[in-house]
Amino acid sequence: MLNDEILLKIEKPACYIGGEVNSVMKDKDNVDIRFAMCFPDVYEIGMSHLGIQIIYDMLNRFEDTWCERVYAPWTDLDAVMRENEIPLFALESQEPIKDFDFLGITLQYEMCYTNILQILELSRIPVWSKDRTDADPIVIGGGPCSYNPEPIADFFDLFYIGEGETMYRRLLDLYKEMKKSGHSRDEFLHEAGKLPGIYCPSLYEVTYKEDGTIATFTPKFEDVPATIDKEMVTELSDTYYPLKPVVPFIKVTQDRVVLEIMRGCIRGCRFCQAGQLYRPLRERDVNVLKNYAFEMLKNTGHEEISLSSLSSSDYSQLPELIDYLIEECNRKKINISLPSLRIDAFSLDVMSKVQDVKKSSLTFAPEAGSQRLRDVINKGLTEEVILNGAREAFEGGWNKVKLYFMLGLPTETRDDMEGIAKLSNEIAKVYYETVPKEKRQGRVQIVTSTSFFVPKPFTPFQWAQMSTKEEFLDKAYIVKEAIKSQLNQKSIKYNWHEADVTVLEGVFARGDRKISEVIYHAYKKGCLFDSWSEYFNNELWLQSFEECGVSIDFYTTRKRSEDEIFPWDFISCGVSKEFLLREWKKALDETISPNCRQACQGCGASGYGVGVCTEEKTGVSL
Amino acid sequence: MMKLRIKFSKHGPMVFIGHLDMMRYFQKAMRRAEVDISYSSGFSPHQIMSFAAPLGVGIASNGEYMDIGVDSLTSSDQIKDALNRVMVEGVTIESVKVLPENAENAMSSVAAAKYTISFREKYRPNFDLFGQINDYLDQECILVTKETKKGTKEIDLKPHIYSFTFDPDKKVVSMLVDASSSGNIKPVFVMEDYYKYCGKSAGEFDFIVTREDTYTNIGTDEMPNFVPLDYVGEDY
Ligand code: SF4
Repeated sequence: MLNDEILLKIEKPACYIGGEVNSVMKDKDNVDIRFAMCFPDVYEIGMSHLGIQIIYDMLNRFEDTWCERVYAPWTDLDAVMRENEIPLFALESQEPIKDFDFLGITLQYEMCYTNILQILELSRIPVWSKDRTDADPIVIGGGPCSYNPEPIADFFDLFYIGEGETMYRRLLDLYKEMKKSGHSRDEFLHEAGKLPGIYCPSLYEVTYKEDGTIATFTPKFEDVPATIDKEMVTELSDTYYPLKPVVPFIKVTQDRVVLEIMRGCIRGCRFCQAGQLYRPLRERDVNVLKNYAFEMLKNTGHEEISLSSLSSSDYSQLPELIDYLIEECNRKKINISLPSLRIDAFSLDVMSKVQDVKKSSLTFAPEAGSQRLRDVINKGLTEEVILNGAREAFEGGWNKVKLYFMLGLPTETRDDMEGIAKLSNEIAKVYYETVPKEKRQGRVQIVTSTSFFVPKPFTPFQWAQMSTKEEFLDKAYIVKEAIKSQLNQKSIKYNWHEADVTVLEGVFARGDRKISEVIYHAYKKGCLFDSWSEYFNNELWLQSFEECGVSIDFYTTRKRSEDEIFPWDFISCGVSKEFLLREWKKALDETISPNCRQACQGCGASGYGVGVCTEEKTGVSL
Repeated sequence: MMKLRIKFSKHGPMVFIGHLDMMRYFQKAMRRAEVDISYSSGFSPHQIMSFAAPLGVGIASNGEYMDIGVDSLTSSDQIKDALNRVMVEGVTIESVKVLPENAENAMSSVAAAKYTISFREKYRPNFDLFGQINDYLDQECILVTKETKKGTKEIDLKPHIYSFTFDPDKKVVSMLVDASSSGNIKPVFVMEDYYKYCGKSAGEFDFIVTREDTYTNIGTDEMPNFVPLDYVGEDY
């Protein structure tokens, strides 16, 4: 453990001492496998992540395994550790990561990549996979960014592609067996690379064409699969779920019970990666969920529970679940938070029961400012639906609205950008038409936010050209000016996202193996905590690209041909490239696609034979 | 609603959990232990819970107190056991007492606190610590400058130090000082001033401080009679 003096000197000692409620202690001499599970960002963010809690719980249910947690030390402790040569340790045992069998790193967003190197370096594990020996832990990545692992492939020994609940047991058994029989690290990695869902980057060879795109991507050995199929839970009601999640001492981002009601999404928004990766939609049984909610509240003592899914309104048993929660939570004085609900009569009614209408705000995510562009992105939300929802909400007493849009979507024109301002203005107008003067509590407050669009792998927009930083900022400027010229401009506040960091995210999202050198370079120059704007240093990144001779535009603004081999093509997430291409063409054609409950689009995911693919379709109503 | 006074201790790594986080910790613990705690009314009800005297980060304690309201209760032991079952290592519920109707709340009843202070290995005092304690206390007044939000002000420590002794065998200082909201004295502050009196200076990490107990005064101002805060409550 860190000594008192250090703990008293650093800003948040509570992040490094472990010992939280429901954290798991085991006798290290009685386990075969020690697993360090890492979220490469600060404790407060990492502890808020459901996925880690699921894997932590699952691995600790295995008698032969002890899973512990590790997060990125904040810059104050980072400096102390380097100065005093203290190796990075896991929270539970407070023992060095270097002594573990596995270091699992979850990859939730691209901007954490330099922190991976920090974790490795502070742990004294060689940052490049090729330099590791039998004395080092196996470094395995997982999570959404592992669907394009190539930019960080050289830092990892293995990647787990897909949902974590299914293949770890086999992987650990293989490890135990091969360790016992004295096999080397390389031998183990080779065997692991044959397991479903497990990708071992060193077993594959990439060759490039003269223009820099991929010519071939092939296994080096005959017994290693050319395609890695994602792992997926087929029966969500019958798998691992953390009924005793760890309860942090300090306030973290997500300080509540999280109930994951389903995985996947029926909507098929064309910019959305999660909507494709987790296909098909699978629901958890409502009775199972009620039981989970009850148990988790009891075991944590949290004062809030939140539903988690990509689009909670699509959960078929939602009314029953919410009725139960409202009753149970009222009795226990527990708050319910309901993110990702579509605004309609039902949700407004529910929301008025669970939150203070005067304080809470209404959230719409039209994503694009015009109906034309919303058709391009297949966001089935019309202006009429938004304005009706807003009207009903204003009648119900709400007066704060948050609107989310993206700038830089394919085919976007000036009209679409100005549409953002117009739609914001229309909503304000509805307020003043709906709520009589004497009932108003000041102005309606509309907060319009835009983020910049990043094309992601496994989406129909994976072929799209991304805007440059300058284009992004011009677009934000157009929106800003357009808002200023609206009648109700005083009721609208406009926020936009940083452009530099978006460009970098764009490079990593569709990057290939050439990027790892750039990341290493930038890290060595001091880049760390890139998702924290106070630490993000674009200048150092630009220098690193330059010095490594890697072009940013190649990954962002370049036009990709339909038959280009993408770095992530060797992974199958269940959705076929043909389907994505079809959707890309429909997008350019401004044609919408119905959702999975209306009509199947033949995306490929029906092969799993579960979830929404097996439901009767309703057809498209016009 | 019945009022309970809960005494707990705090040791080990838990000393790094600050006061606000301890409050959050206990709010969640009440739910885990299924204590029938009372809630305030209003749109976002909160638990009826108040703490006696906040403890600084880094300080261990054998005598922390909080008051809670409950709507029902089987016995004080039942609550004590239920809470102890959901505690983390380092925090123990020492006693649960029912307060009389008219009892003053924990925070305003605090009059004094007793601390023991030992020395970190590499910061053992290199002078006779015991030698000058009596001279120090015999001064007419012990004037110190205290930093406040409004600037600095001069105060006399003497009336706020009730006892100050050194046990040369155990090598610990023991100190009973004012902990009331109007005259709260930090033990390290007294140590620093004493070091200064001896012509020495104390470093930031010299001392390991434990609060031994927190007291209320059931005597008078002139003739104080300090008793632990849970003295005023009874078993149920
Ligand atoms: S196969 Fe059809 S129903 Fe199933 S996820 Fe794909 S589009 Fe939806």
